[in-house]
Amino acid sequence: MNWKTTASAMGLALLASTGLARADGVLNIYNWGNYTSPDVIKKFEAKYNIKVTITDYDSNDTALAKVRQGGTGFDIAVPSQTYVPIWIKEGLVQETDPGKMENAKNIAPEWANPDFDPGRKYTVPWAWGTIGVVVNTDAYKGPANTWGIIFNTPDELKGKVNVVPEMGDVMFAAIKYVGGQQCTDDKVVLKKVRDLLVAAKPNWIAMEYNTIEKMGAGDFKATSDWNGSALRQRLANPAIHFNYPKEGYGLWSDNVVVLKEAKNVENAKLFQNFIMDPENAAGLSAFHRYANAIAGSDKYMPADMKDAPEVVIPADAKPLGELQQMCAPETQELYTKIWTELQK
Amino acid sequence: MATAEEVAKAAERRDVRDRWLLSAPALLVILFAATGPLLIVLVYSFLTPGAYGDVKWQFSSDAWTSVFLERDIFDDTLSLAAAHVTIFWRSIKLAVVTTLATLALGFPTAYFMATRSEKTRDLWLFLITIPFWTNLLIRTFAVLQIIRNEGIVNTILLKLGIVSAPVQILYTDTAILIGMAYVYLPLMVLPIYASMEKLDFRLVEAGYDLYATRFKVLRKIIFPLVKPGVIAGSILVFIPALGAYVTPSVLGGGKNMMLSNLIELQFGQGRNWPLGSALSITVMIIVMVALLAYVRNAGKSGVRHG
Repeated sequence: MNWKTTASAMGLALLASTGLARADGVLNIYNWGNYTSPDVIKKFEAKYNIKVTITDYDSNDTALAKVRQGGTGFDIAVPSQTYVPIWIKEGLVQETDPGKMENAKNIAPEWANPDFDPGRKYTVPWAWGTIGVVVNTDAYKGPANTWGIIFNTPDELKGKVNVVPEMGDVMFAAIKYVGGQQCTDDKVVLKKVRDLLVAAKPNWIAMEYNTIEKMGAGDFKATSDWNGSALRQRLANPAIHFNYPKEGYGLWSDNVVVLKEAKNVENAKLFQNFIMDPENAAGLSAFHRYANAIAGSDKYMPADMKDAPEVVIPADAKPLGELQQMCAPETQELYTKIWTELQK
Repeated sequence: MATAEEVAKAAERRDVRDRWLLSAPALLVILFAATGPLLIVLVYSFLTPGAYGDVKWQFSSDAWTSVFLERDIFDDTLSLAAAHVTIFWRSIKLAVVTTLATLALGFPTAYFMATRSEKTRDLWLFLITIPFWTNLLIRTFAVLQIIRNEGIVNTILLKLGIVSAPVQILYTDTAILIGMAYVYLPLMVLPIYASMEKLDFRLVEAGYDLYATRFKVLRKIIFPLVKPGVIAGSILVFIPALGAYVTPSVLGGGKNMMLSNLIELQFGQGRNWPLGSALSITVMIIVMVALLAYVRNAGKSGVRHG
């Protein structure tokens, strides 16, 4: 094939592809990495003849900063509950009223009217989970349902504990451990928190996100972690257990919003409705390994998640969970100072 | 009527003008690309942080104050920002030690390469560049696989019965230094090799003929002649080592912040972009001062030896 025919063939191919895209419609999703089930996406694409592209982000702050700048081309994003009010307040998302969509009836009652989006005017639940303590029971057999594993480490675990470096989560846990309220700006409590953290740090081996691999390989024997991550660790090594700290633990939830600058609003709405279907919600869970806030999805869940203690919170631990909030900027500033002090 | 000389002069002037005009677009792009982003950082460092990231367009010098001074959140006293100083010092120390370590490893390597036959030299040069083919992150993870508790080094030590429990190398300062020295070594070897290759080894022979000891030859002949390479190599290693982000986080475990982590914190979870900008500029100033001092010092002693 000479240059000219190659070029014209490529031109034709390009024309054909754009032509197809126009006919079928597209949807651009901006989501956390390794979080979106390819199977569910394929099903959505087949059902509505829509081409889906997915772009990853790695933190709420990154996603917020990027969408704020505008011109991203994304239709959908999946911010956490702490950030949803900011997205709404700054006018970055559209009021698509998913609470009135066909599948909204499937949302579990406790997630139907959350504080971060009363009446579900903007958001659809994607996943929710808990933050607790993961322990390898081969290394430590004592009671582990306490933040004390992290902040007052038992001798067997000294030098083997990891802490996931999410400032908000660590501050939440430390405040609970000293008996305070989340987002407190009480200096007496915060001083205790600061002293607790600084004294606890020498017993930690690392502050890393990469817990699944490191717990599996034995570099860490205990860590603070998200429940879905803990589930993956237990499936790889049955000695690894997730624990709900008795001092209180944090709940989080990630939510699908349609961006104000979205070009494919109707497709995005279809997607919001689509993932509230129990079978599809279960498909998402099967991939990201978290619960999904859709009632009736249980029967479609994979066998190893149906009654996994990481996903189904035991009755006695249920009242200890508390949805984490976004702290006031002035409080956040105090926390950053304590955090810097901790990591200096 | 214009003389021939005037005509020639006018043509020359036109020629010079045309050249400037032709290169102007490129120069403007470079000027803008080099200074534009830095100016934005500078401007941001004098603004007020937005409530949830970003900046408010309101002048404030708070960011600059808090680079060096901090108000204690508990007793409200103003004091030197000890946390920042500790972190700055840690990064500077790491950069200096990395530079020295790569120099200690790189100098003999370059000498070895330069003293091979011309044909094999190219092969050695080629081998040195191989690590550059892979991404920095992947190279760092490779080091992690070697030194971790279940890694190659510990497995061999355990199997040979030299140690009874794995040696904890990962997540220590040693791990960071091993990683940094490995990652930045080629940047030290290449410039030294470039100088060394041009070295006239007959001078070395002459030194020996005049009864100089090997150490004296190294100190009085080889080192002064390859000094430009050593300076270039040190600069190439020191600057990126000061801002290293990936290697210290992966191998050090992220318990202790480096400068880069401190800056990242301000743009991420800390939501204080002006402070992040001010810290970035502070790093630049440190690098500039260090370079000026180093080059000046090196130049002076060069004259003395030369």
